[in-house]
Amino acid sequence: MIKSLGYFLEIIKGGLITARHFTTNMWFHTLKIMGIKAGRRGAVTFQYPEEKKPLASRHRSLHRLTLREDGKPRCVSCLLCVTVCPSECITVEAAEDPDSEIQKVPAKFVIDMSRCCFCGFCVEACPEDAIRMDTGKIELAACGRGDLIYGLDRLLK
Amino acid sequence: MDTVIAAIKIILALVWFLVLTLYLTWLERKESAVIQDRIGANRANIWKFRFLGLFQPFADAIKMIFKEDFVPAAANKFLHALAPFISFFFVAITICAVPFGDSLRLGTRTINLQVLDLNVGLLFMLAMLSLAIYGIILSGWASRNRFTLLGGVRGAAQLISYEVALGLSLIGIIMVFPSLHLQSIVRFQGENLLGFIPRWGVLLQPLGFIVFFFAALAETKRVPFDMPEGESEIIGFFTEYGGLKWGLFMMTDFMEIIIVSALLTTLFFGGWQVPWLAADGFRWPWGGAWGLPHGVVVALQLLAFNVKIVFFCWLQILIRWTYPRFRYDQVMDLGWKLLIPLSLLNIVGTGVVMGLLK
Repeated sequence: MIKSLGYFLEIIKGGLITARHFTTNMWFHTLKIMGIKAGRRGAVTFQYPEEKKPLASRHRSLHRLTLREDGKPRCVSCLLCVTVCPSECITVEAAEDPDSEIQKVPAKFVIDMSRCCFCGFCVEACPEDAIRMDTGKIELAACGRGDLIYGLDRLLK
Repeated sequence: MDTVIAAIKIILALVWFLVLTLYLTWLERKESAVIQDRIGANRANIWKFRFLGLFQPFADAIKMIFKEDFVPAAANKFLHALAPFISFFFVAITICAVPFGDSLRLGTRTINLQVLDLNVGLLFMLAMLSLAIYGIILSGWASRNRFTLLGGVRGAAQLISYEVALGLSLIGIIMVFPSLHLQSIVRFQGENLLGFIPRWGVLLQPLGFIVFFFAALAETKRVPFDMPEGESEIIGFFTEYGGLKWGLFMMTDFMEIIIVSALLTTLFFGGWQVPWLAADGFRWPWGGAWGLPHGVVVALQLLAFNVKIVFFCWLQILIRWTYPRFRYDQVMDLGWKLLIPLSLLNIVGTGVVMGLLK
């Protein structure tokens, strides 16, 4: 019984901590509702679909294929990305290019996003800087598996 | 005419009670969020109009209505269906003894702002609150599930233990305000101590207040004392309920918070009394007066009552979101070894002081 009375002070202190959080947060919420700029926000929440957290500059998001100055893909179908991919989600089919400097272009460049683990090895392996993961698109959800298979048309966008 | 007034009073009291219950669910979400540096439910909208998530209770209600009404195959179907209603009814009916305000004069008629002016209003409220235990025991037993039965038995043990402390802590109050009539108790608290301190129950019965507060918290069977529910171990007496019946149990919980707040306000914090507000306006303790018309006085009293109730609801939600739960034996220790001796001490102390002051 004496022991429980000893805890009583600590219990009240605990209640004061949450009450303090409540009052300070309510104060900043009220300031925000009244349109007054304050140094901090009442909550740490990001209201996601409307308000997005800034991505780090190194963040690996959806892939894109880069273009040459004349608008053709930089990819030369060397298959290094296909070889290095640990998820085996990249498929490349080569075709001949009339330019003897380039020799090969991808006829088909498919990344299966449902298998991709976003490790970024393909970007590092690419000798032509033809593939990058800097689009900033992180919302890749789709309604069917087929929608997750990205071909040349979508990767060049 | 009297019947019409009675009907209007019943409807208004019930509407007040249910709306406050609905918005208490909103308050609980929002308050817990603000305490934890979050925002809380704010997505429920009508035509993109969100307004701080105030439509959330309605979204919840619609969701619960359309959920499956599941009854376990082995359950006692009748009692299984009856239990939430028993729980709900006995808590909902207590509101009729709560004094919302002093009497309102309309023309020649005097309306007591209380649905049922019982001589034993306090006993009535306590009795109805105790009967709500049957809902818990029945739901636990009728579901024919070991865990719900455990929850029901625990609930019965906890509520009966704390019922003792709850009743004993109020004996002091009954000795000080020699009445069980809630309006008289509130009127008694309108006078001043030493000419300027409002004579509220908490000043006359500090120990009684503490014991009553803890016992009442245990009666609401929410987190620090959530033995019957025990989310982390047995899920609780309403495991086998879904949809609207489960919603009734939840509403009962929130209604109990309001009733406990109402009891705390009425008995310990002057009910509808505003400090220094008499029937004809403010009478300042430093002399002078500020006359107010009758309607304004009644409105102020109603407002004071509501503010006090909301404050205590806020406090109870704060407590629920601050403290970890007790172990079962700790709950029993606190009830039987601390609160009951303290309340007995309070009775003896009150008696001695009253005898000496006589």
